[in-house]
Amino acid sequence: MNWLYSTAALCLLSAIVAGLLRILRGPTAADSMLAAQLFGTCGVAILLLLSKGLDWLVLQDIALVFALLAALAAVAFALRTWGGTER
Amino acid sequence: MTDAMGIFDIMLALVLPWLGWRLLASPNLFRAVVLFISLGLLMSLAWVRLHAPDVALAEAAIGAGLTGALFLSALRRLERLRDSERRLDYAEKREEEQNLPPEKRRKSKPVAYVLALFLLSVFLLLLGGALLKTPVAPGRLGPAVAGQMGQSGVQSRVTAVLLNFRGYDTLLEVMVLFLAALGVWSLTRVRQTPQEKVPGPVLATLVRLLVPLMITVAGYLVWIGSSRAGGAFQGGAVLAAAGVLLLLANVTVVRQIPSTLLRWALVLGPLLFLLSAVACMSIGGNLLEYPRQSAGSWILLIESATAVSIGVTLAALYAGGRPHEPAAREAIVDKSADTKVKNGEGA
Amino acid sequence: MAFLHNLGTICILIGIPFFVSGTIGLLRFPDIYTRLHALTKADNVGLGFVVLGLALQAEQWNTVARLLLIWLLVLVASSASCHLVARAALRKKIQPWSRS
Repeated sequence: MNWLYSTAALCLLSAIVAGLLRILRGPTAADSMLAAQLFGTCGVAILLLLSKGLDWLVLQDIALVFALLAALAAVAFALRTWGGTER
Repeated sequence: MTDAMGIFDIMLALVLPWLGWRLLASPNLFRAVVLFISLGLLMSLAWVRLHAPDVALAEAAIGAGLTGALFLSALRRLERLRDSERRLDYAEKREEEQNLPPEKRRKSKPVAYVLALFLLSVFLLLLGGALLKTPVAPGRLGPAVAGQMGQSGVQSRVTAVLLNFRGYDTLLEVMVLFLAALGVWSLTRVRQTPQEKVPGPVLATLVRLLVPLMITVAGYLVWIGSSRAGGAFQGGAVLAAAGVLLLLANVTVVRQIPSTLLRWALVLGPLLFLLSAVACMSIGGNLLEYPRQSAGSWILLIESATAVSIGVTLAALYAGGRPHEPAAREAIVDKSADTKVKNGEGA
Repeated sequence: MAFLHNLGTICILIGIPFFVSGTIGLLRFPDIYTRLHALTKADNVGLGFVVLGLALQAEQWNTVARLLLIWLLVLVASSASCHLVARAALRKKIQPWSRS
Protein backbone atom coordinates (compact mmCIF):
# COMPACT_ATOMS: atom_id res chain seq x y z
CA MET A 1 0.00 0.00 0.00
CA ASN A 2 1.11 3.53 -0.69
CA TRP A 3 2.81 5.13 2.33
CA LEU A 4 0.49 8.12 2.10
CA TYR A 5 -2.71 6.25 2.86
CA SER A 6 -1.29 4.03 5.59
CA THR A 7 0.44 6.89 7.38
CA ALA A 8 -2.66 9.07 7.17
CA ALA A 9 -4.80 6.21 8.54
CA LEU A 10 -2.31 5.74 11.37
CA CYS A 11 -2.51 9.45 12.26
CA LEU A 12 -6.30 9.27 12.35
CA LEU A 13 -6.27 6.19 14.55
CA SER A 14 -3.92 8.01 16.93
CA ALA A 15 -6.41 10.89 16.99
CA ILE A 16 -9.14 8.43 17.99
CA VAL A 17 -7.01 6.91 20.74
CA ALA A 18 -6.22 10.37 22.09
CA GLY A 19 -9.93 11.17 22.00
CA LEU A 20 -10.58 8.20 24.29
CA LEU A 21 -9.04 10.23 27.07
CA ARG A 22 -11.88 12.74 26.78
CA ILE A 23 -14.45 9.98 27.19
CA LEU A 24 -12.74 8.78 30.34
CA ARG A 25 -12.24 12.26 31.72
CA GLY A 26 -15.69 13.68 31.05
CA PRO A 27 -16.56 15.88 32.88
CA THR A 28 -20.12 16.12 31.54
CA ALA A 29 -21.88 13.36 29.69
CA ALA A 30 -22.00 15.46 26.53
CA ASP A 31 -18.20 15.59 26.41
CA SER A 32 -17.97 11.82 26.28
CA MET A 33 -20.70 11.70 23.68
CA LEU A 34 -18.81 14.22 21.53
CA ALA A 35 -15.72 12.08 21.55
CA ALA A 36 -17.79 9.19 20.21
CA GLN A 37 -18.96 11.53 17.47
CA LEU A 38 -15.34 12.32 16.63
CA PHE A 39 -14.67 8.61 16.24
CA GLY A 40 -17.41 8.43 13.64
CA THR A 41 -15.85 11.13 11.47
CA CYS A 42 -12.33 9.76 11.90
CA GLY A 43 -13.58 6.23 11.23
CA VAL A 44 -15.12 7.35 7.95
CA ALA A 45 -11.87 9.01 6.92
CA ILE A 46 -9.82 5.93 7.85
CA LEU A 47 -12.13 3.66 5.88
CA LEU A 48 -11.99 5.90 2.81
CA LEU A 49 -8.20 6.06 2.94
CA LEU A 50 -7.89 2.30 3.37
CA SER A 51 -10.38 1.77 0.57
CA LYS A 52 -8.11 3.71 -1.78
CA GLY A 53 -4.90 2.27 -0.40
CA LEU A 54 -5.99 -1.37 -0.54
CA ASP A 55 -8.03 -0.78 -3.70
CA TRP A 56 -11.02 -2.33 -1.99
CA LEU A 57 -14.32 -0.70 -2.92
CA VAL A 58 -16.35 -2.50 -0.24
CA LEU A 59 -14.84 -0.26 2.40
CA GLN A 60 -16.68 2.69 0.88
CA ASP A 61 -19.95 0.91 1.63
CA ILE A 62 -18.90 0.52 5.26
CA ALA A 63 -17.96 4.19 5.37
CA LEU A 64 -21.39 5.00 3.95
CA VAL A 65 -23.09 3.03 6.74
CA PHE A 66 -20.86 4.77 9.31
CA ALA A 67 -21.88 8.15 7.93
CA LEU A 68 -25.56 7.26 7.80
CA LEU A 69 -25.70 6.07 11.38
CA ALA A 70 -23.31 8.66 12.82
CA ALA A 71 -26.13 10.90 13.95
CA LEU A 72 -28.20 8.15 15.56
CA ALA A 73 -26.34 7.91 18.86
CA ALA A 74 -26.08 11.67 19.26
CA VAL A 75 -29.79 12.12 18.55
CA ALA A 76 -30.67 9.40 21.05
CA PHE A 77 -28.42 11.07 23.59
CA ALA A 78 -29.78 14.59 23.10
CA LEU A 79 -33.43 13.54 23.03
CA ARG A 80 -33.58 10.63 25.45
CA THR A 81 -30.65 10.47 27.84
CA TRP A 82 -30.35 14.19 28.38
CA GLY A 83 -33.53 15.57 26.91
CA GLY A 84 -36.66 16.75 28.66
CA THR A 85 -36.84 16.71 32.42
CA GLU A 86 -34.12 17.86 34.74
CA ARG A 87 -32.47 15.27 36.85
CA MET B 1 2.18 -4.54 4.06
CA THR B 2 3.88 -1.30 4.92
CA ASP B 3 5.23 -0.56 8.37
CA ALA B 4 2.59 2.06 9.09
CA MET B 5 -0.15 -0.54 8.60
CA GLY B 6 1.70 -2.83 11.02
CA ILE B 7 1.69 -0.10 13.67
CA PHE B 8 -1.96 0.56 12.86
CA ASP B 9 -2.82 -3.07 13.55
CA ILE B 10 -0.77 -3.26 16.73
CA MET B 11 -2.41 -0.09 18.02
CA LEU B 12 -5.86 -1.45 17.25
CA ALA B 13 -5.03 -4.75 18.91
CA LEU B 14 -3.82 -2.97 22.05
CA VAL B 15 -6.64 -0.46 22.30
CA LEU B 16 -9.52 -2.91 21.84
CA PRO B 17 -8.93 -5.07 24.95
CA TRP B 18 -8.09 -1.99 27.00
CA LEU B 19 -11.33 -0.37 25.88
CA GLY B 20 -13.26 -3.52 26.70
CA TRP B 21 -11.74 -3.61 30.16
CA ARG B 22 -12.46 0.06 30.86
CA LEU B 23 -16.00 -0.42 29.63
CA LEU B 24 -16.66 -3.34 31.94
CA ALA B 25 -14.90 -1.73 34.90
CA SER B 26 -16.58 1.66 34.55
CA PRO B 27 -18.79 2.46 37.56
CA ASN B 28 -20.60 5.08 35.50
CA LEU B 29 -23.23 3.45 33.30
CA PHE B 30 -23.36 6.31 30.84
CA ARG B 31 -19.61 6.28 30.30
CA ALA B 32 -19.77 2.53 29.79
CA VAL B 33 -22.36 3.05 27.04
CA VAL B 34 -20.23 5.65 25.26
CA LEU B 35 -17.21 3.38 25.53
CA PHE B 36 -19.34 0.60 24.08
CA ILE B 37 -20.22 2.75 21.07
CA SER B 38 -16.54 3.53 20.55
CA LEU B 39 -15.72 -0.14 20.92
CA GLY B 40 -18.22 -0.87 18.15
CA LEU B 41 -16.55 1.61 15.82
CA LEU B 42 -13.04 0.32 16.49
CA MET B 43 -14.25 -3.27 16.31
CA SER B 44 -15.60 -2.54 12.87
CA LEU B 45 -12.16 -1.26 11.82
CA ALA B 46 -10.64 -4.42 13.27
CA TRP B 47 -12.97 -6.59 11.18
CA VAL B 48 -11.90 -4.63 8.12
CA ARG B 49 -8.26 -5.36 8.93
CA LEU B 50 -9.18 -9.04 9.33
CA HIS B 51 -10.66 -9.02 5.80
CA ALA B 52 -14.21 -9.61 6.99
CA PRO B 53 -16.14 -6.71 5.42
CA ASP B 54 -19.51 -8.40 5.99
CA VAL B 55 -18.97 -8.54 9.72
CA ALA B 56 -17.56 -5.00 9.66
CA LEU B 57 -20.75 -3.77 8.00
CA ALA B 58 -22.96 -5.53 10.54
CA GLU B 59 -20.84 -4.25 13.43
CA ALA B 60 -20.95 -0.68 12.08
CA ALA B 61 -24.73 -0.78 11.81
CA ILE B 62 -25.61 -2.79 14.91
CA GLY B 63 -22.72 -2.32 17.33
CA ALA B 64 -22.05 1.35 16.81
CA GLY B 65 -25.43 2.65 15.65
CA LEU B 66 -28.41 0.67 16.85
CA THR B 67 -27.17 -0.70 20.14
CA GLY B 68 -25.81 2.70 21.07
CA ALA B 69 -29.21 4.32 20.55
CA LEU B 70 -30.89 1.45 22.41
CA PHE B 71 -28.61 1.74 25.43
CA LEU B 72 -28.83 5.51 25.55
CA SER B 73 -32.62 5.32 25.59
CA ALA B 74 -32.58 2.51 28.14
CA LEU B 75 -30.44 4.64 30.46
CA ARG B 76 -33.15 7.24 30.57
CA ARG B 77 -35.77 4.64 31.31
CA LEU B 78 -33.66 3.24 34.15
CA GLU B 79 -33.41 6.71 35.57
CA ARG B 80 -37.18 7.17 35.43
CA LEU B 81 -37.64 3.83 37.12
CA ARG B 82 -35.37 4.92 39.92
CA ASP B 83 -37.15 8.22 40.30
CA SER B 84 -40.62 6.75 40.42
CA GLU B 85 -40.10 3.61 42.44
CA ARG B 86 -37.10 4.61 44.51
CA ARG B 87 -35.46 1.42 43.37
CA LEU B 88 -32.15 1.07 45.12
CA ASP B 89 -29.37 1.35 42.66
CA TYR B 90 -26.43 -0.91 43.10
CA ALA B 91 -24.16 2.02 43.88
CA GLU B 92 -26.54 3.38 46.49
CA LYS B 93 -26.84 -0.02 48.06
CA ARG B 94 -23.12 -0.38 48.29
CA GLU B 95 -22.82 3.02 49.86
CA GLU B 96 -25.42 2.10 52.44
CA GLU B 97 -23.64 -1.10 53.19
CA GLN B 98 -20.43 0.70 53.83
CA ASN B 99 -22.17 2.89 56.36
CA LEU B 100 -23.32 -0.16 58.32
CA PRO B 101 -21.29 -1.36 61.28
CA PRO B 102 -18.81 -4.06 60.23
CA GLU B 103 -20.67 -6.98 61.85
CA LYS B 104 -23.79 -6.26 59.78
CA ARG B 105 -22.11 -6.19 56.39
CA ARG B 106 -22.63 -9.05 53.99
CA LYS B 107 -20.41 -11.92 55.02
CA SER B 108 -20.93 -14.48 52.30
CA LYS B 109 -18.08 -13.20 50.17
CA PRO B 110 -15.64 -16.14 50.46
CA VAL B 111 -18.46 -18.58 49.77
CA ALA B 112 -19.45 -16.61 46.71
CA TYR B 113 -15.87 -16.59 45.44
CA VAL B 114 -15.52 -20.35 45.89
CA LEU B 115 -18.85 -20.93 44.19
CA ALA B 116 -17.92 -18.69 41.29
CA LEU B 117 -14.58 -20.43 40.94
CA PHE B 118 -16.28 -23.82 41.02
CA LEU B 119 -18.82 -22.85 38.37
CA LEU B 120 -16.11 -21.35 36.22
CA SER B 121 -14.02 -24.51 36.34
CA VAL B 122 -17.05 -26.67 35.55
CA PHE B 123 -17.79 -24.43 32.59
CA LEU B 124 -14.21 -24.60 31.38
CA LEU B 125 -14.22 -28.39 31.74
CA LEU B 126 -17.42 -28.69 29.74
CA LEU B 127 -16.07 -26.34 27.11
CA GLY B 128 -12.83 -28.28 26.86
CA GLY B 129 -14.76 -31.56 26.65
CA ALA B 130 -16.93 -30.21 23.87
CA LEU B 131 -13.87 -28.98 22.04
CA LEU B 132 -12.19 -32.39 22.30
CA LYS B 133 -15.28 -34.21 21.09
CA THR B 134 -15.76 -31.98 18.05
CA PRO B 135 -14.48 -33.78 14.98
CA VAL B 136 -11.74 -31.92 13.19
CA ALA B 137 -12.63 -31.01 9.63
CA PRO B 138 -10.36 -32.92 7.25
CA GLY B 139 -9.54 -29.89 5.13
CA ARG B 140 -9.92 -26.16 5.17
CA LEU B 141 -13.40 -25.01 4.33
CA GLY B 142 -12.36 -22.04 2.18
CA PRO B 143 -11.26 -24.07 -0.86
CA ALA B 144 -14.31 -26.33 -0.48
CA VAL B 145 -16.62 -23.33 -0.66
CA ALA B 146 -14.67 -21.86 -3.56
CA GLY B 147 -15.03 -25.12 -5.45
CA GLN B 148 -18.82 -25.10 -5.15
CA MET B 149 -19.38 -21.41 -5.91
CA GLY B 150 -20.57 -22.22 -9.42
CA GLN B 151 -23.80 -23.79 -8.20
CA SER B 152 -24.59 -21.31 -5.43
CA GLY B 153 -26.23 -18.72 -7.72
CA VAL B 154 -24.34 -15.78 -6.18
CA GLN B 155 -20.82 -14.37 -6.44
CA SER B 156 -20.25 -13.50 -2.78
CA ARG B 157 -18.88 -16.43 -0.80
CA VAL B 158 -20.39 -15.24 2.46
CA THR B 159 -23.85 -15.01 0.96
CA ALA B 160 -23.38 -18.39 -0.70
CA VAL B 161 -22.58 -19.99 2.64
CA LEU B 162 -25.26 -18.14 4.60
CA LEU B 163 -28.17 -18.54 2.21
CA ASN B 164 -27.30 -21.64 0.25
CA PHE B 165 -24.73 -24.04 1.70
CA ARG B 166 -25.73 -23.45 5.31
CA GLY B 167 -29.17 -21.99 4.69
CA TYR B 168 -30.60 -24.07 7.51
CA ASP B 169 -28.52 -22.22 10.11
CA THR B 170 -29.64 -18.87 8.76
CA LEU B 171 -33.25 -20.01 8.81
CA LEU B 172 -32.88 -20.83 12.50
CA GLU B 173 -31.17 -17.50 13.18
CA VAL B 174 -34.02 -15.62 11.55
CA MET B 175 -36.42 -17.63 13.72
CA VAL B 176 -34.44 -16.72 16.84
CA LEU B 177 -34.77 -13.02 16.03
CA PHE B 178 -38.47 -13.51 15.41
CA LEU B 179 -38.83 -15.27 18.76
CA ALA B 180 -37.00 -12.44 20.48
CA ALA B 181 -39.47 -9.94 19.08
CA LEU B 182 -42.35 -12.22 20.12
CA GLY B 183 -40.91 -12.41 23.61
CA VAL B 184 -40.70 -8.66 23.94
CA TRP B 185 -44.19 -8.22 22.55
CA SER B 186 -45.66 -10.72 24.95
CA LEU B 187 -44.04 -9.06 27.93
CA THR B 188 -45.24 -5.52 27.61
CA ARG B 189 -46.85 -2.82 25.55
CA VAL B 190 -44.98 0.07 24.04
CA ARG B 191 -44.58 2.52 26.83
CA GLN B 192 -46.35 5.76 26.21
CA THR B 193 -43.39 8.03 26.40
CA PRO B 194 -44.53 11.25 27.88
CA GLN B 195 -44.38 13.54 24.89
CA GLU B 196 -40.88 14.83 24.49
CA LYS B 197 -40.38 18.21 23.00
CA VAL B 198 -41.72 18.29 19.48
CA PRO B 199 -38.87 17.82 17.00
CA GLY B 200 -37.33 21.17 16.16
CA PRO B 201 -36.65 22.18 12.58
CA VAL B 202 -33.13 20.73 12.65
CA LEU B 203 -34.26 17.32 13.83
CA ALA B 204 -37.20 17.31 11.44
CA THR B 205 -34.90 18.08 8.50
CA LEU B 206 -32.45 15.44 9.63
CA VAL B 207 -35.20 12.83 9.72
CA ARG B 208 -36.55 13.93 6.36
CA LEU B 209 -33.09 13.67 4.79
CA LEU B 210 -31.78 10.54 6.44
CA VAL B 211 -34.76 8.20 6.51
CA PRO B 212 -35.25 7.92 2.73
CA LEU B 213 -31.49 7.57 2.27
CA MET B 214 -31.32 4.84 4.91
CA ILE B 215 -34.10 2.91 3.20
CA THR B 216 -32.32 3.27 -0.16
CA VAL B 217 -29.01 2.13 1.30
CA ALA B 218 -30.75 -0.83 2.97
CA GLY B 219 -32.05 -1.90 -0.44
CA TYR B 220 -28.64 -1.36 -1.96
CA LEU B 221 -26.97 -3.52 0.69
CA VAL B 222 -29.40 -6.37 0.11
CA TRP B 223 -28.90 -6.14 -3.65
CA ILE B 224 -25.11 -5.87 -3.53
CA GLY B 225 -25.00 -8.75 -1.03
CA SER B 226 -25.06 -11.28 -3.86
CA SER B 227 -21.78 -10.04 -5.30
CA ARG B 228 -19.84 -8.44 -2.42
CA ALA B 229 -20.25 -7.53 1.23
CA GLY B 230 -23.80 -6.87 2.32
CA GLY B 231 -26.94 -8.89 2.68
CA ALA B 232 -30.13 -9.30 4.62
CA PHE B 233 -28.74 -8.68 8.10
CA GLN B 234 -26.81 -5.56 7.14
CA GLY B 235 -29.68 -4.19 5.07
CA GLY B 236 -32.15 -4.99 7.82
CA ALA B 237 -29.99 -3.24 10.41
CA VAL B 238 -29.85 -0.06 8.33
CA LEU B 239 -33.61 -0.29 7.81
CA ALA B 240 -34.04 -0.65 11.56
CA ALA B 241 -31.89 2.45 12.04
CA ALA B 242 -34.41 4.38 9.94
CA GLY B 243 -37.18 3.05 12.19
CA VAL B 244 -35.28 3.98 15.34
CA LEU B 245 -34.67 7.49 14.03
CA LEU B 246 -38.40 7.88 13.36
CA LEU B 247 -39.21 6.56 16.83
CA LEU B 248 -36.67 8.90 18.41
CA ALA B 249 -38.01 11.94 16.63
CA ASN B 250 -41.48 10.87 17.74
CA VAL B 251 -42.91 11.25 14.27
CA THR B 252 -46.66 10.67 14.48
CA VAL B 253 -46.73 8.57 11.31
CA VAL B 254 -44.88 5.76 13.08
CA ARG B 255 -47.54 5.49 15.74
CA GLN B 256 -50.27 5.37 13.14
CA ILE B 257 -48.92 2.28 11.37
CA PRO B 258 -51.64 -0.34 11.90
CA SER B 259 -50.42 -3.12 14.15
CA THR B 260 -51.64 -5.77 11.70
CA LEU B 261 -49.22 -4.38 9.12
CA LEU B 262 -46.40 -4.54 11.66
CA ARG B 263 -47.26 -8.12 12.52
CA TRP B 264 -47.21 -9.13 8.87
CA ALA B 265 -43.90 -7.37 8.30
CA LEU B 266 -42.50 -9.20 11.30
CA VAL B 267 -43.66 -12.57 9.97
CA LEU B 268 -42.88 -11.98 6.29
CA GLY B 269 -39.20 -13.00 6.31
CA PRO B 270 -39.38 -16.12 8.49
CA LEU B 271 -42.56 -17.25 6.73
CA LEU B 272 -41.19 -16.81 3.23
CA PHE B 273 -37.92 -18.48 4.22
CA LEU B 274 -39.79 -21.45 5.66
CA LEU B 275 -42.15 -21.67 2.69
CA SER B 276 -39.32 -21.65 0.19
CA ALA B 277 -37.48 -24.27 2.22
CA VAL B 278 -40.53 -26.51 2.01
CA ALA B 279 -41.13 -25.58 -1.63
CA CYS B 280 -37.64 -26.84 -2.46
CA MET B 281 -38.63 -30.19 -1.01
CA SER B 282 -41.82 -30.34 -3.03
CA ILE B 283 -39.90 -29.59 -6.23
CA GLY B 284 -37.83 -32.65 -5.55
CA GLY B 285 -34.72 -31.51 -3.73
CA ASN B 286 -33.79 -31.47 -0.08
CA LEU B 287 -34.78 -28.83 2.41
CA LEU B 288 -33.47 -25.49 1.06
CA GLU B 289 -31.94 -27.09 -2.01
CA TYR B 290 -32.82 -24.46 -4.59
CA PRO B 291 -33.12 -25.39 -8.26
CA ARG B 292 -29.68 -24.79 -9.82
CA GLN B 293 -30.69 -22.33 -12.53
CA SER B 294 -32.76 -20.00 -10.38
CA ALA B 295 -30.80 -20.22 -7.11
CA GLY B 296 -29.78 -16.56 -7.38
CA SER B 297 -33.38 -15.36 -7.64
CA TRP B 298 -34.49 -17.55 -4.72
CA ILE B 299 -31.72 -16.13 -2.58
CA LEU B 300 -32.54 -12.55 -3.53
CA LEU B 301 -36.23 -13.08 -2.80
CA ILE B 302 -35.54 -14.64 0.59
CA GLU B 303 -33.00 -11.98 1.44
CA SER B 304 -35.31 -9.09 0.59
CA ALA B 305 -38.15 -10.46 2.69
CA THR B 306 -35.79 -11.29 5.55
CA ALA B 307 -34.25 -7.82 5.46
CA VAL B 308 -37.69 -6.23 5.86
CA SER B 309 -38.49 -8.51 8.77
CA ILE B 310 -35.13 -8.01 10.44
CA GLY B 311 -35.53 -4.26 10.11
CA VAL B 312 -38.98 -4.33 11.67
CA THR B 313 -37.84 -6.78 14.35
CA LEU B 314 -34.87 -4.69 15.43
CA ALA B 315 -36.95 -1.51 15.44
CA ALA B 316 -39.63 -3.34 17.46
CA LEU B 317 -36.99 -4.47 19.93
CA TYR B 318 -35.95 -0.84 20.26
CA ALA B 319 -39.57 0.26 20.78
CA GLY B 320 -39.66 -2.33 23.55
CA GLY B 321 -43.19 -3.70 23.44
CA ARG B 322 -46.15 -4.59 21.28
CA PRO B 323 -48.01 -1.80 19.56
CA HIS B 324 -51.28 -0.61 20.99
CA GLU B 325 -54.57 -2.07 19.88
CA PRO B 326 -56.53 0.03 17.39
CA ALA B 327 -59.03 1.34 19.94
CA ALA B 328 -56.35 2.39 22.39
CA ARG B 329 -54.21 3.83 19.66
CA GLU B 330 -56.73 6.37 18.56
CA ALA B 331 -56.66 7.88 21.99
CA ILE B 332 -52.88 8.19 21.85
CA VAL B 333 -52.95 9.75 18.43
CA ASP B 334 -55.42 12.34 19.67
CA LYS B 335 -53.29 13.01 22.69
CA SER B 336 -50.09 13.42 20.69
CA ALA B 337 -51.87 15.75 18.31
CA ASP B 338 -52.97 17.78 21.31
CA THR B 339 -49.52 18.10 22.79
CA LYS B 340 -48.11 18.92 19.40
CA VAL B 341 -50.41 21.90 19.16
CA LYS B 342 -49.61 22.90 22.71
CA ASN B 343 -45.84 22.79 22.29
CA GLY B 344 -45.96 24.46 18.94
CA GLU B 345 -43.92 23.32 15.96
CA GLY B 346 -40.23 24.01 16.19
CA ALA B 347 -40.11 25.18 19.76
CA MET C 1 -3.13 12.48 -14.63
CA ALA C 2 0.04 12.67 -12.57
CA PHE C 3 -0.70 16.31 -11.82
CA LEU C 4 -4.16 15.45 -10.47
CA HIS C 5 -2.67 12.60 -8.44
CA ASN C 6 -0.12 14.89 -6.84
CA LEU C 7 -2.76 17.52 -6.17
CA GLY C 8 -4.82 14.81 -4.44
CA THR C 9 -1.84 13.82 -2.30
CA ILE C 10 -1.39 17.44 -1.24
CA CYS C 11 -5.08 17.69 -0.33
CA ILE C 12 -4.90 14.57 1.84
CA LEU C 13 -1.77 15.91 3.53
CA ILE C 14 -3.58 19.19 4.24
CA GLY C 15 -6.58 17.30 5.64
CA ILE C 16 -4.80 15.29 8.33
CA PRO C 17 -3.67 18.26 10.50
CA PHE C 18 -7.31 19.34 10.74
CA PHE C 19 -8.21 16.02 12.34
CA VAL C 20 -5.27 16.28 14.69
CA SER C 21 -6.20 19.83 15.69
CA GLY C 22 -9.81 18.71 16.19
CA THR C 23 -8.65 16.10 18.67
CA ILE C 24 -6.31 18.55 20.38
CA GLY C 25 -9.24 20.95 20.65
CA LEU C 26 -11.36 18.18 22.16
CA LEU C 27 -8.71 17.55 24.76
CA ARG C 28 -7.62 21.10 25.54
CA PHE C 29 -10.64 23.40 25.16
CA PRO C 30 -12.27 24.52 28.41
CA ASP C 31 -15.95 23.68 28.04
CA ILE C 32 -18.49 21.71 26.09
CA TYR C 33 -19.44 24.47 23.67
CA THR C 34 -15.89 25.23 22.57
CA ARG C 35 -15.21 21.52 22.23
CA LEU C 36 -18.26 21.15 20.02
CA HIS C 37 -16.84 23.93 17.92
CA ALA C 38 -13.46 22.24 17.58
CA LEU C 39 -14.88 18.88 16.67
CA THR C 40 -17.65 19.61 14.28
CA LYS C 41 -15.77 22.23 12.32
CA ALA C 42 -12.18 21.07 12.15
CA ASP C 43 -13.00 17.41 11.57
CA ASN C 44 -15.41 18.10 8.76
CA VAL C 45 -12.93 20.33 6.98
CA GLY C 46 -10.34 17.60 7.42
CA LEU C 47 -12.70 15.02 6.01
CA GLY C 48 -13.54 17.43 3.19
CA PHE C 49 -9.87 17.67 2.21
CA VAL C 50 -9.39 13.92 2.43
CA VAL C 51 -12.48 13.37 0.28
CA LEU C 52 -11.32 16.00 -2.20
CA GLY C 53 -7.89 14.39 -2.42
CA LEU C 54 -9.33 10.91 -2.92
CA ALA C 55 -11.82 12.24 -5.47
CA LEU C 56 -8.99 13.82 -7.48
CA GLN C 57 -7.23 10.45 -7.48
CA ALA C 58 -10.33 8.40 -8.26
CA GLU C 59 -10.53 6.53 -11.53
CA GLN C 60 -14.29 6.34 -11.91
CA TRP C 61 -16.91 9.03 -11.61
CA ASN C 62 -19.19 6.88 -9.43
CA THR C 63 -16.47 6.65 -6.81
CA VAL C 64 -16.37 10.45 -6.79
CA ALA C 65 -20.15 10.59 -6.38
CA ARG C 66 -20.06 8.15 -3.49
CA LEU C 67 -17.24 10.04 -1.78
CA LEU C 68 -19.20 13.28 -2.05
CA LEU C 69 -22.35 11.62 -0.73
CA ILE C 70 -20.45 10.28 2.27
CA TRP C 71 -18.97 13.69 3.01
CA LEU C 72 -22.35 15.41 2.76
CA LEU C 73 -23.88 12.79 5.05
CA VAL C 74 -21.18 13.31 7.66
CA LEU C 75 -21.68 17.07 7.39
CA VAL C 76 -25.43 16.75 7.94
CA ALA C 77 -25.00 14.26 10.77
CA SER C 78 -22.40 16.21 12.67
CA SER C 79 -23.99 19.62 12.28
CA ALA C 80 -27.36 18.25 13.40
CA SER C 81 -25.93 16.37 16.34
CA CYS C 82 -23.82 19.37 17.30
CA HIS C 83 -26.94 21.51 17.39
CA LEU C 84 -28.88 18.94 19.40
CA VAL C 85 -26.12 18.37 21.94
CA ALA C 86 -25.53 22.09 22.37
CA ARG C 87 -29.25 22.69 22.90
CA ALA C 88 -29.46 19.88 25.41
CA ALA C 89 -26.45 21.33 27.25
CA LEU C 90 -28.07 24.78 27.36
CA ARG C 91 -31.26 23.23 28.72
CA LYS C 92 -29.16 21.57 31.39
CA LYS C 93 -28.04 25.09 32.30
CA ILE C 94 -24.37 24.40 31.68
CA GLN C 95 -22.75 27.84 31.65
CA PRO C 96 -20.59 28.72 28.66
CA TRP C 97 -17.00 29.33 29.68
CA SER C 98 -15.73 32.90 29.71
CA ARG C 99 -12.28 34.30 30.24
CA SER C 100 -13.08 36.25 33.37
